[in-house]
Parts: sequence; C-alpha cells; structure tokens
Amino acid sequence: MSLHESQTGPGFRDGAGAPPQPAEAAVEVSGVDKVFQTRAGDVHALESVDLSVAAGEFVSLIGPSGCGKSTLMRLIADLDEPSVGSVTVFEKSAKQARLDQEYGIAFQSAGLLPWRTVSANVAVPLELHGVASAARSSRVAELLEMVGLADFADRYPDQLSGGMQQRVAIARALAEQPRLLLMDEPFGALDEMTREKMQTELVRISAETGAAVVFVTHSIPEAVFLSDRVVVMSPRPGRIREIVPMRLGADARRAARTEELREERAFFDMVTAVREALHGGSPVASGARGVETR
Amino acid sequence: MTATASVPVGDRRPGSRRMSPRTETTLRVVAPIAVGLIVLGIWQFLVSVVGVSDYLLPSPASIIEEFIAYWPSIAAAMLITGINSLVGLIVGSILGILLAALAARWRAMDQMSAPLVAALAVIPIVALAPVLNSMFGADSQFGRQAIAALASFVPVFLNTLRGFRQTQPVHRDLMKAYAATSGQVLRTLTLPTARPFILTGIRIASSLAVISALVAEYFGGPRGGLGAQISTSAASSAYARAWAYVVASIVLGLLFYLVTLGLERLLQPHAPRRGPR
Repeated sequence: MSLHESQTGPGFRDGAGAPPQPAEAAVEVSGVDKVFQTRAGDVHALESVDLSVAAGEFVSLIGPSGCGKSTLMRLIADLDEPSVGSVTVFEKSAKQARLDQEYGIAFQSAGLLPWRTVSANVAVPLELHGVASAARSSRVAELLEMVGLADFADRYPDQLSGGMQQRVAIARALAEQPRLLLMDEPFGALDEMTREKMQTELVRISAETGAAVVFVTHSIPEAVFLSDRVVVMSPRPGRIREIVPMRLGADARRAARTEELREERAFFDMVTAVREALHGGSPVASGARGVETR
Repeated sequence: MTATASVPVGDRRPGSRRMSPRTETTLRVVAPIAVGLIVLGIWQFLVSVVGVSDYLLPSPASIIEEFIAYWPSIAAAMLITGINSLVGLIVGSILGILLAALAARWRAMDQMSAPLVAALAVIPIVALAPVLNSMFGADSQFGRQAIAALASFVPVFLNTLRGFRQTQPVHRDLMKAYAATSGQVLRTLTLPTARPFILTGIRIASSLAVISALVAEYFGGPRGGLGAQISTSAASSAYARAWAYVVASIVLGLLFYLVTLGLERLLQPHAPRRGPR
C-alpha cells in the first residue's frame, strides 16, 4: 500500500491497515462527544469520535496536548463517561467491561503503592479480585520474570528507578491476562534510552500476550514503532483527524519489530506520514531531518 | 496545630558535615545527656555554694531524696494520672479517627465539624475542668479523662482528616479500574495512605493527654494524681517534694511520647529510608 492511500479523512474507521480481524472488536467507540463542565464554561474535550480497535491490535492515540487522547482512553476505561455516544469493550458497555476486568491499565506515573513491595504491588489486582494466595504468588513471580524484575521482588518502589517502576506498573496491568491493555503515556517521564528499551519490551510483551493495546503518546517515533495503526488527533475540540496504518518493512508482525527497525527507511517514511497528518496534511520538512527525537 | 502534622520524610541534611553513622548516633545520645548533667551541676552549685534559698529553688539532690522517700506515693500518683491520660488518649483518638473518616466521606459533615473543631482547638480545654468536676461529682475521674480525650481529639482529628485527603488521583483511578469496593479502597488505599498522618496525630496527642489530665487535677476533684500531689505539696511548702512530683510528671509524659513513637515505628516498617540502602 502506498502512503497516499492512508491519507483518509476523519470519518475513517476500520483501516485497511488493520491486521486480519477476528469477529470480535476489542473496542468500539461510536459517535462520542465529551464535554467537561468547568466554571469557565463547557470544554469540548472530544467531538464525534469513532474508532474501533480489533482484538490483538496495537493502536496509538497521538496528538498535541488538549486533543483529548487521554480523555478518550479514560472513556474506554470507564474512568469517565461520554456525554454523547457509546463505548463498548468486547461487545459490553465500558462499565460492564470494567466491572468484569476486561482490561489492564497503566498511567504516565507508575502509581505504585509506596508501602508495598514490588511483588505486593503487582499482586494488588489479584488480591482485590480474590485470587488464592498460592496462585497469586506464582503469577506474580511469572510477571516479574517477564518484565525482568525478578531480583527486585522485595524492594520498595522508592528503591527503584523510574523505568523499573514503570515496568512494575506494566506487570501489574498484565496481572490478570487482560485481552486489552490501556496505556496513558506510560513512558512519558522516562529518558530516551530507557524509553526505547521499554518500547522494545512492550512490543515483545504484547506479542507474547496477544492483547490489544490502546496506547496514548505524544511521541511520533514511539507511536510508529509500536503500532499497527496510529490515530492522529487534533485539539479544540478533540477529534480524530486521521488514522494512519503502519507498514513497516516486509514483515509487519509485531514480533519482527526490533531495534533495527528504528533505522529502516520504512520507519522514517511512517514517521513522516504521521507527522504530516499531525500538521494537517500539509507536507513538512522531508525525510528524517525534521523528525522529533522523542 | 496542623503545622506539627508532618509526614515522615527522609531526614537528609545535605549541608551537614559527614560523620560516620555510629559517631552520629553516639553524639545524639551523649549530647543531650551531657547538657542535662551540666545544667544539673550548675543548679546544684547555685543552691549549695552560691546559697540560693532552698525555699526558692530546692537542690537536685534534695529532689532526688524526696523522690526516693515518696516513691510509693509517686508511683501511685503516676498510675492514677497515667490511666486518666491513657483512657483519654484512646477515646479521643478513636473519636478523632472516626469523625475524620466521616468528614472525609461526606462534605456536609466536614463543613459541620470544621467550626466545632476550630473552637475546640482554641479553647483551653483544661479550663473546662471545674465545670466537668461539678457535672460529674468531685469523686469521679471522669472529668479528667474527658478533658484528656478532648485534648487528644483535636490533633488526631486534624491529622487524620489530612491523611484521608492524601490519596493520589492515579491511585484512585487504579482502584476504580480494578472495580474495587469501597471497603477494599479503604483497606488497600485510604487507610495506608493516612497511616503516617494518623500516627503523627496520636503522637502529638499523647503529650497533650498527659498534660491536660495532670493540669485538670489542679482544679479539684479526687486527690492522689500527680497534679493534685504537686499542688498539695506546694501548698504545704514541701517544695522539694513538689519538684519530685514534677519530675514524675515529666517521666510520665516522656513515657507516653516514647510509646507512641515506638508504635509509629512498629506500624510503619517501611518509612522512607535514610542514607544509603
């Protein structure tokens, strides 16, 4: 597929770039508006947003501050409710999906409980949902192994670096093997090197678990590297401007995304495509020269 | 009173000179003891050499003498005042925590209680002693326990309320995402977050409870407590004995403070650490 075919309008849904879809959609957002009532008047955070995420698909939401990307993720998580429209997760209402624990979630700040050890933090969701103690500890050990923190199980969060804390948060989000992972700029506070390492790990983990991921970010290379599709949003009111399917190299499967990808031509082409979409379709400085480094 | 509500933060002083931890610990223990001994020495010197009248200032030696001579009565007095303070501290703390929980939960409750607590914080609670004595009879310890409870209530309430408001939005979001019940949120998030604040409140309250229970005894009621003994001894010009009871009061106050401090350490195995880990 050529680049031009990806330049589709705001009403675009179910992109051609999506992987072969199973019958069930992980997330279905249709006709959603979100208005926050503030003292200064109504703030239109989202306007007529339509989006669907297939099971197992990795979708990034990208856009400038105030474009409502975090709000959209919070609506999917049922942490906020849409003013108009509907959000369904695995064909249930967002609220039901939350009550049924259909998703795992991670935020920009790791949000670990400082009085609990690393393993006790990972165990929080399991504990809250009544998983037996033996099953709990073996699952926690498995998760810490997966994020490479097995040696730090008994440490407290304030003894870990920011990247390690974020890995604990990701382990916690994966604790109950969710089919959907919601992530709100989870690497936003990390330095560039840690960030790239975490991205590679996330690609590996999401490929291993086969979970669908909705990933909020403001970094173009991050979105390009991770995603099957990048949803480009524009602010005031928050809208989906464009959905750019990613075509990275011959093998688009997630497992094939390695560090080398970051230096491939296709990667830079995709970065440019997303960048142009962000800037409203007008061509910007060509090639990799103008690429943001984050 | 809220100014004293501090979260235990790692006590790092970047400016201080480097000392090995052991020297620092030794110094922390030795320094105050040395100061105390020097002060006692000067005191004794003033009385026995300079000749300040025993009437004005009894010498440390005579105070110790009286302390030993009257030990059974001092111990009994400490027990009476100690029990009054303890009952007051426990009741006041429980009430403080419960009401703070209600105030944190319901805004209306908070608004109703705010002026009341502000009033309680500025009233010299001990001044209620004569009133309570006449309300509950001159042979009842209840008035003193009530005063200790009221005095303890204020710092516990204020600190606990602050503690309940410290939960971070990201933690609340997580709890919602996990569909945690309100009981689970309380157990997993709200109480542990508030714990250092509650314990600080109790530690502040412990000294206040002893002071108010003791001072309340000055205003009549049953005899036998430390406060009553101090005023009796002073009235009969037995100044050294009065001072001996004062020393016992200090010991009692310290005891309460240290026990609550120990409780704080015990219930908070992972306070943010000092120094290298």
